[in-house]
Amino acid sequence: MRVLTVFIAVVSGLAVLCGYFLAGFFPVLADVQTLLLNWAIILAGAAALVGIFNLITVHTDKIRRRETESIYSALLVIFLMGTFFLGLILRPEHAVMRMVMNGIIIPVEAMLMGLLTISLLYAAIRLLRRRVDMMSITFLIVAALVMLGSATLPFVNIPILGIVSRWMTQVFALGGARGILIGVALGTLTTGLRVLFGIDRPYGGN
Amino acid sequence: MIELIILVFSAFLLLVITLWKRKSPAKIREIAALTHLYRMLGLSIEDGTRMHVSLGSGSLLNARGGSALAGLAMLRHITERTSVSDKPSVASAGDSVLGLLAQDTLQAGYQAAGVEELYVPTTGRVTGLSPFGYAAGAMNISRNENVSANIMIGRFGPEVALLTDASDRENVIAIGASDDLVGQSVLFANTQEILIGEELFATGAYLGAGASHVASLTVQDILRWLVIFALLGGAFAKFAGII
Repeated sequence: MRVLTVFIAVVSGLAVLCGYFLAGFFPVLADVQTLLLNWAIILAGAAALVGIFNLITVHTDKIRRRETESIYSALLVIFLMGTFFLGLILRPEHAVMRMVMNGIIIPVEAMLMGLLTISLLYAAIRLLRRRVDMMSITFLIVAALVMLGSATLPFVNIPILGIVSRWMTQVFALGGARGILIGVALGTLTTGLRVLFGIDRPYGGN
Repeated sequence: MIELIILVFSAFLLLVITLWKRKSPAKIREIAALTHLYRMLGLSIEDGTRMHVSLGSGSLLNARGGSALAGLAMLRHITERTSVSDKPSVASAGDSVLGLLAQDTLQAGYQAAGVEELYVPTTGRVTGLSPFGYAAGAMNISRNENVSANIMIGRFGPEVALLTDASDRENVIAIGASDDLVGQSVLFANTQEILIGEELFATGAYLGAGASHVASLTVQDILRWLVIFALLGGAFAKFAGII
């Protein structure tokens, strides 16, 4: 069984990869690639349902074991089931469903974004307490300069701040970001190759 | 065509170097975050606490799935080592496909350790399907499940600050790596240890995952030098008016 899973994974991976590079020479590869990617999208859709089932299982388990804060788990399960069945009956375009989305889900995510601002500010203040080194000091100075350069100052206008800020974001930061992204791309390439060769098997098996 | 040549060349290098590294063990430079992680693995078993592996909300269906795969490779080794602990590791994901693979990976880790009967499917969880939903769900794990270390490897954006903040309040050690630039800078400001850029993909090699992981690092180094030479060569050719 494990050999079969590895075989299917490796062959599917190679087929999709060949579809990108060799479709000009073998047009059938493009069809195979599209077919496999469509299957992947359908499977991902089904996996979303499995993920929701997993979420319900974890939280009902918490309620059953009367863990701390299991009241939140109960609320989550009740509202999840309620929204799910309401969506099935009314369809997602219905005004009630839109109200659930625009009146609850989006504001809650926006609130988390607001909390994030405070968390980040607090983290920046505590950074030097956590780690006093050259990197942390540079990080804070650059962050402060870029923020001052992009903000409108109330009483004074210091043009040099804008120039320094632009120079930092467009020269230093852009160069550094490109370097990091090249490194990440190379890492992704070798990780992908390991999966393609069946050395790493995230789909199970040893 | 150049892309295909790079791919075939990388694959060839990876295979040859893997075979070579099997015979001669490699020396790798020390990365503080990974040394700390290695130490935390032993400590969590000794003091009966859990490790929480956060895999982020990266999808495997787009080009940025590499970080999620690296996170799964690390989860596999952490599970294998902590499966016999009183408090086995927990993995959380913000994508349903990633959640399924996390469960599969956890099960494979238990199988490899010879204790498959101890595997509990709910140790692999999908805590939310949007980045903020995921962070909100994963925050609770640090608070309620006797966690001693929160290892965040995968795709994280600014929402990772909520996770690190929750870890900080519970005195949980946080080690993080993300392939997203915003996520990396947030992790730098919020965690004790951070993996920058491609260090994210080095976790397997440092946790003793095998010759192929060490070979991957060597291949990355070779490719990086080639990119550097190509950039410098291109700049010189442009300066000299050749191109």
